[in-house]
Amino acid sequence: MRDVAIVSFSQLRGDPEGGVPEVLMLVPVVLEAIEKSGVPRKQIGFTCSGSCDYLTGAPFAFVQNLAATGAWPPISESHLEMDGAWALQEAWVRLQHGDIDTALVFASGRPSNSDLREVLCLQLDPYYLMPLWPDYISLAALQAQALLARTGHTEKDLAEIVVRARRAALSNPNAEISGEFTASELLQAPYVSSPLRAHDCPPISDGAAAMVLVAGDRARDLCERPAWIRGIDHRIDAQYPGVRDLSVSPSARLAGEHAGVGRGPVEVAELAAAFSHEELILREALGLGDEVLVNPSGGALCSNPMVATGLIRIGEAFRQIHEQGRERVLAHASSGPCLQQNLVCVLEAD
Amino acid sequence: MAGAVPTYKLEFPYKRSLGPIVGAFLTGLRDRQVLGIRSAAGRVLVPPLEFDPETGEENLEWTRVGEAGVVRGFSWVEEPLPKHPLDRPFAWVLVQLDGADTNLVHVLDADSRAAVEIGMRVRIRWASETRGHMSDIACFEPEAG
Repeated sequence: MRDVAIVSFSQLRGDPEGGVPEVLMLVPVVLEAIEKSGVPRKQIGFTCSGSCDYLTGAPFAFVQNLAATGAWPPISESHLEMDGAWALQEAWVRLQHGDIDTALVFASGRPSNSDLREVLCLQLDPYYLMPLWPDYISLAALQAQALLARTGHTEKDLAEIVVRARRAALSNPNAEISGEFTASELLQAPYVSSPLRAHDCPPISDGAAAMVLVAGDRARDLCERPAWIRGIDHRIDAQYPGVRDLSVSPSARLAGEHAGVGRGPVEVAELAAAFSHEELILREALGLGDEVLVNPSGGALCSNPMVATGLIRIGEAFRQIHEQGRERVLAHASSGPCLQQNLVCVLEAD
Repeated sequence: MAGAVPTYKLEFPYKRSLGPIVGAFLTGLRDRQVLGIRSAAGRVLVPPLEFDPETGEENLEWTRVGEAGVVRGFSWVEEPLPKHPLDRPFAWVLVQLDGADTNLVHVLDADSRAAVEIGMRVRIRWASETRGHMSDIACFEPEAG
């Protein structure tokens, strides 16, 4: 495999108010990621983006986002109706061809346009599930209940995850929820869908992120401590939630194995655990012990610009190597109901 | 030209089939029967899928399962959303119907969260008119007894 590194990352602070057009969210992050990378814009070999037209509310809405790249003269680009983490994977594959050395990856999400508890039903199987309108929080709640029933974890354990995430987010200027809380005060709140309360669920945030990938030695020339992508894999579980044990994530386990998570110690893991209980399922699936620092950014529980969240996890993992001096970190992205799809990426320092 | 108001008829001029598996299952619901499909390993999938999610195998055999079963998982909703199947507090449930090896996702009409527990027996309440649609199962209700 050709060695490919992340050399720059930029993200917009999650915006719970919404209202900013997607392309305007993207302009500052795309410009900043390119400027920090040191690669002249017109030399970028490939551009790949992730966004969701259902969230933007118009077919082919993603085309407008290309204006943020200054796509003239015409550029070579691709778009995924997925989290930007999958755009990163496509860019990594594209760089394996060897004919280009640089790629720009970006992602944007505007969930503030929508009532997500209705709109996200449209991603479900249209015959068995969607006619019942099982909102995404209730589907997550079925998974949470399955986990608590199997493992003996309690709602207090879930609240403790939220307490830790919000405390960690105090040092993350891009988080929109942070602060000191106690589990007992959080547990006073009513259920949204039992056993999940509002604090167990992600905030609804608009946001955007961008990064630049560079292959080979050029990454070392451009960047002090680039983060090398040493493993990346994506797996999918069966789509109907009733045919699998919801308390475990076989697809996350497989993605972790194929990305080579176990080939060395992991110092930090940035997991796209949008719901509190998902962190427990993912820790188990990826074999992460207590020695692994999970979501020092506060994670998706504190800012969740849907379809940019996974790319931001990879960006936060990059920061751990580039700015914090870590040697080996893990980033995870997820898609679909009940952690149906999982992508795992292992980043290493030189 | 006065009075000439053009009219347009916008339509999809084709009939959509749900195929031999999903179509047969939903036709079964219209007839108030629940059909499952048995894999080579003997696992009965309800609702049926077009392939075994474990093996990818496609040549599966139809079997009829019960109208009652056991709650394997649930989530209580105190404040239903406008599009939810019930307009009063209810539970989302994973129901393993008698004779099935997988769980059906649906809703349970119960009095309170305290009335719902893992392992309780529930039964289908059919819609007053069935039409070959998932909502032919209006909901589940606790089995009398």
